Amino acid sequence: MVSAPVTVDPWEVAAAVTDPELPMVTLADLGVLRDVRIEDDGAVVVEITPTYTGCPAMGVMRADLVLALHRAGFDDVDVRTVLSPAWSTDWISEAGRAKLAAGGIAPPGKAPVRATGPVPLQLGPTRRTAACPLCGSSDTEELSEFGATACKALRRCRTCREPFEHVKEI
Amino acid sequence: MAHEETVYDALGNAQEDHGHWAFGTGFDEPLAGVDTTVPDGIDPAELGEYCLMLGDDALVLAQRLTQWITASPELEEEVAVANVALDLLGQARLLLARAGSVGVLGRSRERATESIPDEDALAYFRDADEFRCTALVAAPNGDFAQTMARLLVAATVRLAVFARLRDSRDPVLAAIAAKGVNELAYHRDHAARWVLRLGDGTDESHRRAQAGVAAVWPLLDDVFTATDLERRLTDAGVAVDPSTVRDEVHGVLTEVLERATLTVPAWPADAAPRGRLGEHGPELAELLETLQSLARQHPAATW
Repeated sequence: MVSAPVTVDPWEVAAAVTDPELPMVTLADLGVLRDVRIEDDGAVVVEITPTYTGCPAMGVMRADLVLALHRAGFDDVDVRTVLSPAWSTDWISEAGRAKLAAGGIAPPGKAPVRATGPVPLQLGPTRRTAACPLCGSSDTEELSEFGATACKALRRCRTCREPFEHVKEI
Repeated sequence: MAHEETVYDALGNAQEDHGHWAFGTGFDEPLAGVDTTVPDGIDPAELGEYCLMLGDDALVLAQRLTQWITASPELEEEVAVANVALDLLGQARLLLARAGSVGVLGRSRERATESIPDEDALAYFRDADEFRCTALVAAPNGDFAQTMARLLVAATVRLAVFARLRDSRDPVLAAIAAKGVNELAYHRDHAARWVLRLGDGTDESHRRAQAGVAAVWPLLDDVFTATDLERRLTDAGVAVDPSTVRDEVHGVLTEVLERATLTVPAWPADAAPRGRLGEHGPELAELLETLQSLARQHPAATW
């Protein structure tokens, strides 16, 4: 067994791991990485939370985290799933939002407040707005609430006519 | 131990336990690291049976929705339907894994080898009579208007139940419900906008939307009737008695249909539970034959 050098912070290692579907941002930027700690026996415990319940990238995230920590010298790594509280796009950091925009993906606005009680019906066109990450215009329209991955909607810019993806609020 | 050179090697190692099993993702126990201790005063077997009801609804509706892939009216809708199905499949995995965590596996383990995770054993190795879904989700799709009418009704019911389940005494169920509410709100509103667009559209789309609603409404007859098990678990603070969401569901559906210029069909009289007790029409067995055939014919398949 190789002991981890004391100079390496496992949080720093885990926080540098990027998302498999949004490679411009890290799991820490997304708020998916919830906790990294060293147990008394030296094991590194990492806690991650799924964005959407059916997110198919969880397995790759887990493997990427194990790989990065192994490479940093941590042999005993346990990646755990945390379901509560449910992930929200509000947890995406400012740095993460800037990276998404620079990568051509519009970052989310404020997530809807989920109070207790019935969830109000929304029948009209969605009121969400998102500036075009390509030309900056705020004159954009939603093409579909559901995009290439569970976390993204598809929009189009009316100014530069380019389609773009938008991380939808949840 | 040599460290992995690539993420693919790491995936291989991460999968050692279930490496040959390809029907789930195989990468990930959905409840890995989650405390699955059952709180005092809750019967684990009954909790597991209840999770089968909720999980089977999601699994079967997800499978119905994926039947639209390559056949949707427009490309964006194909992606949307697949997304909704993926969310539901995720909910099903967690709920079936929860059932497995308390030992509720039905007869699935008679056929599924030990290396197959609980949620996959439950999905692929139970016969129709062991499924606990309602006819509302098992019924065939019909045309696109009928599919959206069914999704509207099923998502409205599920959202109302999940909103209340956020307070379940089972913390795992409460956490699954809290995540599910956020997803189901998108599903319901998406289906509602389609019903609005079709109902308040052309003569032909209106006709089809009205026919779709007429085909779906009778399936509500046993949706609000609690089984004895649901009543006991509701008293224990674990489950939601479906009769308590009836007024809310009725209100939401009426609002959508009226806005869509559709006639609201007569609400069906309450019927005794069928699907929740394992009584299904032949359409569920047909659906499961497709869903399960690969896993049953090639239990060691990998790709």
